[in-house]
Amino acid sequence: MELPAAATVKPDDEYRLERHGTWKRFRKHRLALAGAAVLIVMIVVAVFAPLITPADPNAIDQVNWSGYPLAPEVAGHILGTDENGRDLLARLIFGARISLTVAIFAVVMEIVIGTLLGALSGYYGGIVDFAIMRLTDVVLSIPLLPLLLVLTAIVAASSNKASLNFGVIVVLIGGLSWPSVARLVRASFLSLREREFAEAARALGNADLRIIFRHLLPNAVAPIIVAATLDVANVIILESTLSFLGFGIQPPTASWGNMLANAEANMAIAPWAAVFPGLCILVTVLAINYLGDGLRDALDPKM
Amino acid sequence: MVLQNIPLLLLISIVLFVILHNAPGGPLAPYLQNPHITPADIKRLEHNFGLDRPLYVQYWGWLEKVLTGDLGYSTSNSESVVAAMLDRLPATLELMGSAFFVSIVLGVALGIFSAVRPYSWIDYTVTTLAFFGQSMPVFWFALMLQLAFSVNGITAFGWRFALPSAGMCATDECGLYDRFVHLILPTVVLSLAYVATWSRFTRSSMLEVVRTDYMRTAAAKGLAPRAILLKHGLKNALTPVVTIVALSMPGLVAGAVVTETIFAWPGMGRLFYNALGQFDFSLLMGYLMLISFLVVLFNLLADVAYAWLDPRVTYD
Repeated sequence: MELPAAATVKPDDEYRLERHGTWKRFRKHRLALAGAAVLIVMIVVAVFAPLITPADPNAIDQVNWSGYPLAPEVAGHILGTDENGRDLLARLIFGARISLTVAIFAVVMEIVIGTLLGALSGYYGGIVDFAIMRLTDVVLSIPLLPLLLVLTAIVAASSNKASLNFGVIVVLIGGLSWPSVARLVRASFLSLREREFAEAARALGNADLRIIFRHLLPNAVAPIIVAATLDVANVIILESTLSFLGFGIQPPTASWGNMLANAEANMAIAPWAAVFPGLCILVTVLAINYLGDGLRDALDPKM
Repeated sequence: MVLQNIPLLLLISIVLFVILHNAPGGPLAPYLQNPHITPADIKRLEHNFGLDRPLYVQYWGWLEKVLTGDLGYSTSNSESVVAAMLDRLPATLELMGSAFFVSIVLGVALGIFSAVRPYSWIDYTVTTLAFFGQSMPVFWFALMLQLAFSVNGITAFGWRFALPSAGMCATDECGLYDRFVHLILPTVVLSLAYVATWSRFTRSSMLEVVRTDYMRTAAAKGLAPRAILLKHGLKNALTPVVTIVALSMPGLVAGAVVTETIFAWPGMGRLFYNALGQFDFSLLMGYLMLISFLVVLFNLLADVAYAWLDPRVTYD
C-alpha cells in the first residue's frame, strides 16, 4: 500500500500553511470584513468623540428648545434633540464611547478571570478543579440579567443611583460572565496537558506556571479570541438593557441604553429619539457577531 | 445526577442569601424609608424577625421555611411571596407558552428549509434573519414594534388597525379576542431570539445528519427525498435541538423581565422588576432562587432527554 502524500510534508511547512490559511480564510468571509470595518468606524468615533461631536452632549439648546424634542434638521440638530433639548447626534457619539468601553473593559476582566481559573482547573485537576468548577456551576445557574439587576439595585440602595457608575457596571458584568470562558479554557487544557510537548516541558523541569502560560496557553488562544469577540456583543446588549431599565449607566451620562429609557413616553411625538440609539446598538452588535463568526471560521474550521 | 444538584442548589441559596443580607438595610430596607418608623422600631423589628441572630441561624430558618413552601412576606405586595407569585403565574405561563410555541414551530421549520437547500437564497435569507435576531436588543425591538403597530397603527385597505402595546386585556371582561391581540406583540418580542437560535441550531444539526451513511442508504433504497428528510433525518436531527430547547427554557422566564416590563404584562418578570426599586428582600430572594432552580432542573432534564432520545449516550 502506498503512503499518503501528506506524510511527506514536514511539520514546519504544515504549520506555516495553517497560519497562512487563517488570514486567507478570514479575507474570504466578506461579512466579517464588513463587520470589522463598521467596528473600526465605531471605535474611531468613540476615540475622537470630542473632535467629531457637533455639540456638547449634555448641553441643552436653550435658544430653540421649548419643552418638546426638536425634530431632525431643526435648528442645526442633524438628528434632532431628545426630550431635554440635548443634541441627539452628540449623545449618540458619546454613547458609543460608553458602550464600547464598558464592553471592552468587562470582556478583558472576564477573559483574565476565566482564563486563569480555567487554566488552573484544567491543568491541576483534582480538588482545585472540583472547587473551581462548583463555583462556575453556581454562577452559571443564576440567570445573569436578574442577578445583575438585584446587585445594581443593592449598589443603588447603599447610597444613591448616581453611584452606579462606569466602574461598578464593568466590575459587575466582568465579574459574573467569566464562567463560560473558564469552561472553554479548562476543556482545552484537559487535552493539551496530555500532549507530548507538555510532557516534554514537564520533563525539562519547567515550573507549573511557566508550562501553563508559555507552553499550553498559546495553544488555547483561538477559542478564547472567538469567545471574547462574541462576548463584546453580548456585553453591549447587557449594558444597554440595564441602562434602559434604569439600573445601568445613569443620566446625564449618555449611553445608548439610557437614551431609550425616556424615548418610549415620547414615541408618538419624537420617534427619532427612539429609533437612532437602538439602531446604533443593532449595527454595532451585528458587526461584532459577523466578525466573530468570521474569526471562528478562519481560526479553526472545525469549531 | 440528581444528587449532585441538591448541593448545587444549597450553594446557590447560600450565596444569594449572603449577598442579599449584606445589602444596606437587608430585609428591613423598605421600613428604613418610612418616616413614621423610628430607629427603636427598627431595633424591635430586627429582634422580632430574628435579624439580630447570626447569619447561619437565619439561613437555617429561611431554609426550613422554604422547604415547607413558605418564601416569606413580600413588602411591596403586602402578601406572602408565594401568593404574589401564584397570582402572576398564569400571565407568565400564557406569554411563555405562546412564545415557546411560536419559537419552536418557526425555528425548526426555518431551520429545515435552510438545511434542505444549503447556500440557496432561502438559506441565506434565514441565516441573515437569524443573525439579526440574535443581535437585536430586545427592548428596542419592542419599542420599534410599538412604534410601528401601536403608536400610529397600520392603515390597510382604508381600515385603520392598531395592536395594543400594554397589558393583557382592554376591559375587565377579557374576552378571547381581546386577550389574543394583547398577546401578539409581547410574543413576537420574546420569541425573536429563540427563533433565531433554534433555526440556526436545527439547520446545522440537519446538515450533519444529511451527510450520514443511513441517509445515503435510505436514498439508495429509492425513498422519496421528502420521506428521507422528514422521517429518517428530522428525527435524529432533532435530538440535539431538544437539548438546546430544554436549556433555554429558564432563559425564557428570565428574559421575560424585559418583555413584561415594556408591555406592562402582569407576570412574574414585572413583579420582580417592581420589587427591585423597593428592595423587597423576600420576593427578590424567592424569584432568584426560583429561576436558578429552573436552570438546574432543565439542565437535568436536558441530560435525561438526550440519553433517552439517543441510546448511545450513557451517564455514570
